[in-house]
Amino acid sequence: MSARSEKPVIRRDGPALGEAETHRRLSLSWATPPGLWGWLSSVDHKQVGRRYIVTAFVFFLLAGLLALAMRMQLSGPERTLLSPDRYNQIFTMHGTTMMFLFAVPVMEAFAIFLVPLMVGTRAIAFPRLNAFSYWVYLAGGVMLWVAFILNAGPDVGWFAYVPLSGPQFSPGKRVDFWAQMITFTEVAALAVSVEIIVTVFKQRAPGMSLNRIPLFVWGQLVTSFMVVFAMPAVMVSSSMLIMDRLIGTHFFNPAEGGDALLWQHLFWFFGHPEVYIIFLPATGFVSSILPTFARRPIFGYTALVLALFATGFLGFGLWVHHMFATGLPHLGNSFYTAASMTIAIPSGIQIFCWIATLWDGRPRFATPLLFVIGFIVVFVLGGLSGIMLASVPLDSQAHDTYFVVAHFHYVLIGGAVFPLFGAVYYWFPKFTGRMLSERAGAWNFWLFFIGFNLTFFPMHILGLIGMPRRVYSYPAGMGWDGPNLLASAGAVILAAGVATFLGNV
Amino acid sequence: MKRAGGLATAALTAAALTVLLTGCEGVQSALDPAGHQAGRIAGLWWLFLGVLTVIYLLVLAGLLIAAIRPRRRGRLHQGPAFAKEPPIERRLTRGLTAWAVGTGVIILTLTGLSYAVDRDVLGLTGRAELEIEVTAKQWWWQVKYNDPVPSRSFETANEIRLPVGVPVRVVLKSQDVIHSFWVPNLHGKTDLIPGRVNETTLTADREGRFRGQCAEFCGFQHANMALDVLAMPRDRFDAWRAAQLSSAPAPGDALQEQGRQVFLSSACVMCHTIHGTSAASRVGPDLTHVAGRLSLAAGTLPYNKGNLAGWIADPQRIKPGTRMPVTGLSPDQLQGVVAYLDSLK
Repeated sequence: MSARSEKPVIRRDGPALGEAETHRRLSLSWATPPGLWGWLSSVDHKQVGRRYIVTAFVFFLLAGLLALAMRMQLSGPERTLLSPDRYNQIFTMHGTTMMFLFAVPVMEAFAIFLVPLMVGTRAIAFPRLNAFSYWVYLAGGVMLWVAFILNAGPDVGWFAYVPLSGPQFSPGKRVDFWAQMITFTEVAALAVSVEIIVTVFKQRAPGMSLNRIPLFVWGQLVTSFMVVFAMPAVMVSSSMLIMDRLIGTHFFNPAEGGDALLWQHLFWFFGHPEVYIIFLPATGFVSSILPTFARRPIFGYTALVLALFATGFLGFGLWVHHMFATGLPHLGNSFYTAASMTIAIPSGIQIFCWIATLWDGRPRFATPLLFVIGFIVVFVLGGLSGIMLASVPLDSQAHDTYFVVAHFHYVLIGGAVFPLFGAVYYWFPKFTGRMLSERAGAWNFWLFFIGFNLTFFPMHILGLIGMPRRVYSYPAGMGWDGPNLLASAGAVILAAGVATFLGNV
Repeated sequence: MKRAGGLATAALTAAALTVLLTGCEGVQSALDPAGHQAGRIAGLWWLFLGVLTVIYLLVLAGLLIAAIRPRRRGRLHQGPAFAKEPPIERRLTRGLTAWAVGTGVIILTLTGLSYAVDRDVLGLTGRAELEIEVTAKQWWWQVKYNDPVPSRSFETANEIRLPVGVPVRVVLKSQDVIHSFWVPNLHGKTDLIPGRVNETTLTADREGRFRGQCAEFCGFQHANMALDVLAMPRDRFDAWRAAQLSSAPAPGDALQEQGRQVFLSSACVMCHTIHGTSAASRVGPDLTHVAGRLSLAAGTLPYNKGNLAGWIADPQRIKPGTRMPVTGLSPDQLQGVVAYLDSLK
């Protein structure tokens, strides 16, 4: 072309290149190299994002199979399908996989794919770090699952309380695998958070001021800040655990001046924000899906952003409500009751804004909107049982029972998995260029919704009538048989819902 | 479609309530209180349930109406939400403000009520007349009745008896990992943590037999770590207590005598205590009055002679992983030991 004949323009950073040369150089920097090596070394945020999503869903399915195994074991009293040892490994792997290898990574994965597109930039900040984070995450997950398959899976719960997880009561390598996996996945989460924060603050398209970024981006931004402050606590504690186990330190050994409760403080200082790290991106899904299918702009953009901030801050002041039974000072506990209840205000504001959007809109009930409505029905119930658990006296009865199992499945499946399914249906064409079947989508929703409620609603009652968590078996005649059987039947319907999803994809 | 969802939810709720109302009675139920503390907590529970159910129904109603209310035909909304506000935005904003303030008032009230019940439940601690020290071990409960006079203290296992109407201080310790002491009919749970001493207060309002269970995951046999709690009238409690202070009765016949010899000359004596004999190890439960207990192996089996024999013969099959080893007694020896232990009322 005529680029050569033009008079060279001198810019501050050197002479401008011709169009062809610019294109060539940009292609060289941005294109994915060909071949297997190129596939492995890709730093394209869309490719890495898709990879993350697929991997996270594989872990979701694996952990779901474990849940089915547990439901079969508990479908009746004194079943012997699983040995106590196998059961303890399975419930630990279920929780660990769902929390560390599915819920957080899948939300990050959507951010990796969507945030750069939404803020109008060519790639995520630090694309190589991004690719690195995926491989570290994959390594952590594969290591844990290989250990489990070789009967060396962790068996001390996803919370791994010391001293049970310490060198004296858990000899062998099981807990070491768990603690190392934590370090791997948290490194990955921290890396992605840094990328998201930098992308949002430094790479927005011209004219896109912060008050114009989509609510999904806001959700991911607040979440990333929460990760930056929360994850170091669990990385520090898992590293201290590894040191106690492998090189003879005594951080958690009361006999040598350590403290067993230190672990719980560090773990829950991460563990409670973790719930919002999973939930806030999901609110971003909801705020993206609703305006599309209600066919009206979202109501209360500012209120929703402020609610995100409020949740992000308050989320760090609640961790002791996991520790009400440990005998901490009662006046201090009351503070955490108040703080935990306060979180109902931003959550209530969000729910109001979403219902108001639907109210004033002209809704079209496509699959993503069904999942959003299911989300509100399920999540609000989980939020209300959360208010019960915030109360010290009520928690003293419900803590560590099936009531809590019901509660957090309502908030986590309700608050994250329902919006996530909606988001997959919503963005699937963007990810792959193909629409998902609406018919199968409706089946997926109703099976999942009904199966979910049948599985988890009876667990509220089980907890109140005395069934503790994490038991591989229970005696007959406690009044627990019926609700357990119902829950197990519900789990089969729930699984059918997930199978429909797989078939659809 | 939303209507079907609402119906499904209503049907589920109705089914759940039926189960709830028929199922709340039980020996391990927080909804069947038999003690002052559990009673106050259950009262608070029903109050929370009522208030929060109303809120939930309001949200569901709002959602349902939002989904199915008739719409005017006409142009769809135009422009971004932060453009000039149409009147509906103002109305919705007022609604949002009212909703947020309402939420604030309700949670403030609930926090206050929760705090009041918490103080009330704690208020009895200073008035305890009896002290029981519970030490959790993988996977059973050591129970000591402490008395200022050492000779009036005694020890039992996996079973707590207490007089009705008397506040009892329960001191909670652990020797290995974290456990949690929970007798839902009497009170909420308190953890037992190595290196720390916790306490809780139980006040039984009525007679009865209740069941408690460890509520913090404590390893392999967490599922089979229960205890029996018997609330009894004061006079019967005092009689029981006096009987517990005595040493084990002497064997009543030749078989029991043979069993005692086997017990004292085999591995049993490495772990167990029987007061009045030379067996004085403190690894496993004190067996001085084992035959008077309601269950075996921390609530795993009801106590009877047959279960006792089965337990001693193969504890690992009944409770895999238990610290009690297979002792390898011959059938004759086993018969003698069972006869002897069964005489220790």
